[in-house]
Amino acid sequence: MAATVTAPPLKPYPVIPILEVGAMGKTKTFPANAPMQQALGFPGELVEDWHDKAIFKLGELLGKYRSLKVYLDACVHCGACTDKCHYFLGTGDPKNMPVARQDLLRKVYRRHFTWSGKWFPKLVGAEDLTKEVLDDWYSYFNQCSECRRCSVFCPYGIDTAEITMAAREIMDSIGLGAKYTNEIIGKVHKVGNNLGLPGPALADTLSSIEEDLKEETGLDIRLPVDEKGAEVLLVTPSADFFAEPHVYSLMGYAKVFHAAGISWTLSTHASEAGNFGLFIGNYGQMQKIATRVREGILDLGAKRLVVGECGHAWRVAYNFWNTLIGPFDFLDPNYPVPQHICELTYDLIQRGAISFDKSANDRYVVTFHDSCNVARASRMGGMPGGQFEIPRAIVRAVANKFVEMNPETIREKTFCCGGGGGLLTDDLLDLRVKGALPRMEALQAVVESDGVNFMATICAICKAQFSKVLPYYKFNMSMVGGVHQLVGNAIRLGPK
Amino acid sequence: MAAIDVNGKSYEVDEEGYLVNLAEWDEDVGKVLAEGEKIEMTPNHWEVVNFLRDYYNEFQIAPAVRVLTKAIGKKLGPEKGNSQYLYELFPYGPAKQACKIAGLPKPTGCI
Repeated sequence: MAATVTAPPLKPYPVIPILEVGAMGKTKTFPANAPMQQALGFPGELVEDWHDKAIFKLGELLGKYRSLKVYLDACVHCGACTDKCHYFLGTGDPKNMPVARQDLLRKVYRRHFTWSGKWFPKLVGAEDLTKEVLDDWYSYFNQCSECRRCSVFCPYGIDTAEITMAAREIMDSIGLGAKYTNEIIGKVHKVGNNLGLPGPALADTLSSIEEDLKEETGLDIRLPVDEKGAEVLLVTPSADFFAEPHVYSLMGYAKVFHAAGISWTLSTHASEAGNFGLFIGNYGQMQKIATRVREGILDLGAKRLVVGECGHAWRVAYNFWNTLIGPFDFLDPNYPVPQHICELTYDLIQRGAISFDKSANDRYVVTFHDSCNVARASRMGGMPGGQFEIPRAIVRAVANKFVEMNPETIREKTFCCGGGGGLLTDDLLDLRVKGALPRMEALQAVVESDGVNFMATICAICKAQFSKVLPYYKFNMSMVGGVHQLVGNAIRLGPK
Repeated sequence: MAAIDVNGKSYEVDEEGYLVNLAEWDEDVGKVLAEGEKIEMTPNHWEVVNFLRDYYNEFQIAPAVRVLTKAIGKKLGPEKGNSQYLYELFPYGPAKQACKIAGLPKPTGCI
C-alpha cells in the first residue's frame, strides 16, 4: 500500500501543471519475484549481463516490429503530446510527458542503432543504458497506462503504448518484471483467470447469483457454466464474478440472454476475457492466454463468441484473436466474430427483441466514460465510431437522463481512468489517484451542471479504478457502474 | 522479506503485508495484522474474517463480495448484508483488507 496518497485539487478548467522534476521517480511498482517471473519463462532476477541482453532484445524487437522503429525515429519533439497524458497532468513530473517517456527508450535506441548516435551521441541526445536509465525505465514505463491518448494528438501518430510495451518486454527479458501483471498472468495459466478463481468456486458464485436473481425477479434467470451445446459462449473479465459493481453487469448480461431466449454459457476453462499479455507487450503470453478461449469454445461447441465489458480484452479480441487463435470458421457467420456484449444487446434492441422500462433508471443522471482500449483501439457494429455510438445508444434506450462530459475528454479523446495498462495495483494508488484527475474534473463539471450521479463504463479496470479513487475526490464510490448494470435495472423480463 | 512479530514469534509477510504461510495464522496473528491496518477487531469483524477463512478452506479463494455480503447478512442481520456495511468494518475494501487480516493471499485482477 502506498505510504501517502494525495489527490490534487479539482480545477474548474484544465491547467497545465507546474513542472515537478523527479516527483514520481521514486514511485516503483513492486517487482515480480523469481517464481512469478520463471512461471512465464522470464529470468527470476536481474541477469548479470543485463545491459547486453537488453540491447540485444531491443534489436530483436526492432526487427520484429517495424512500427517500433518508425516511432523511435519519427519524433521531432514538437511537444504536441506533452500535456495530453493524464499522468503528467496529475503528477507534474516531466518524465510523464509522453515524449519524455518515449525518449527514455529512444536515447538508448539512438546510441546503439543509429549512425549519429554511435559516433556523436551528445549531439543527438543518445545515451548509454546505465543502471540509472534502467531505474527510470522501471519507474516510468510502469507509469504509462498504454491508453494512447497522446497518439491522437501526435502529428506522426507515434504510439507511446507500443514503446511502453517494448520497454516492458525488454525488462521482462532481463528479469525485471512487474508483480501485478506477471503474478496475474501466472494465475491465468494455472487456474484460468486473473483472480485465480477455481472452477468449483466459480460454480458456487454463479449459483449464489442465480438465487439472488430469483429473489429479485421471481424468475429462473440462469448463469450457466460449462454447458455443452449452448449457442453463445460468453467470455468476460473474472472481476465480473467477484467484485462490485462489476457483478451487476454480469447480472445484466444474464437478464439480456434470458429475455431474448438465447442459450448461453460461461466456461471454467476460458473464465477470463482480460489478457495482460498485451500490457507487457509479450506476444507469446498473449497467445497462450487467448488459446484458452479457443479451447473453451471448441470444447463446449458454442456457435457464437461474445465478450463481456472489458476494455483491453475487447482490443485483444477485436484486433488479435483472429491472428492469435483463429480461424473461427466453425462459428456462425451470421454474427460478428467475436461479438461485443454491447453489440449483442444493441442488435436485440434494434430488432425489438428486448424492451425496457426506462423509469427504472430515473434515479440516475447518467454520463458515459469511454474506456481507452475500446475507444482508440477497436470498433463496434462494423461502422466508424460504432464503439462510441453503440454503448451510448444502449444507455439512452435504458435511461431517460443522459449527459455527455466535456467533448475534449470523451470518445477518441477520452482520458484513461488512471488504472489501465497493468497499473491497477495498491502500491501505485497514489499514481492512480493523481492520474484520475482529468476525468474527475470532467465529471465534476457535469455533476455541478446537470446533477450527474452515475458514470457508466464498459471496462472492469475502469470500474475497479473509479470505485477506489472516487472517494479521494469526495465522490461516492457507487457512482460508477457498467452499461449492463443499467440494462439490468430496466429490462422487461418474463412473458411478453 | 518482511516479517511481523506476534507473541515473540516471527511471521513472514510479503511486501504488501500479506501473511506468506496461511497455515501459520491464528487469532493473535490476525489481531496484529489488524493493528497494522488500524482496525480494532469487534465480534462482527471476526465473523467476516472467519467466514473468509472457512470459504477459503473449501474453495482456495476468497468469496466474491456478493457471496460474502449475503453470508454476513444471514449471520448478522439483513441490514448488515451489504457492501456499505463491510466498508464500515474494513474501510480499505472488504476483499483486500479483510483477506489480509484473515491471513489469506491478496485477491488479484481487475478488482
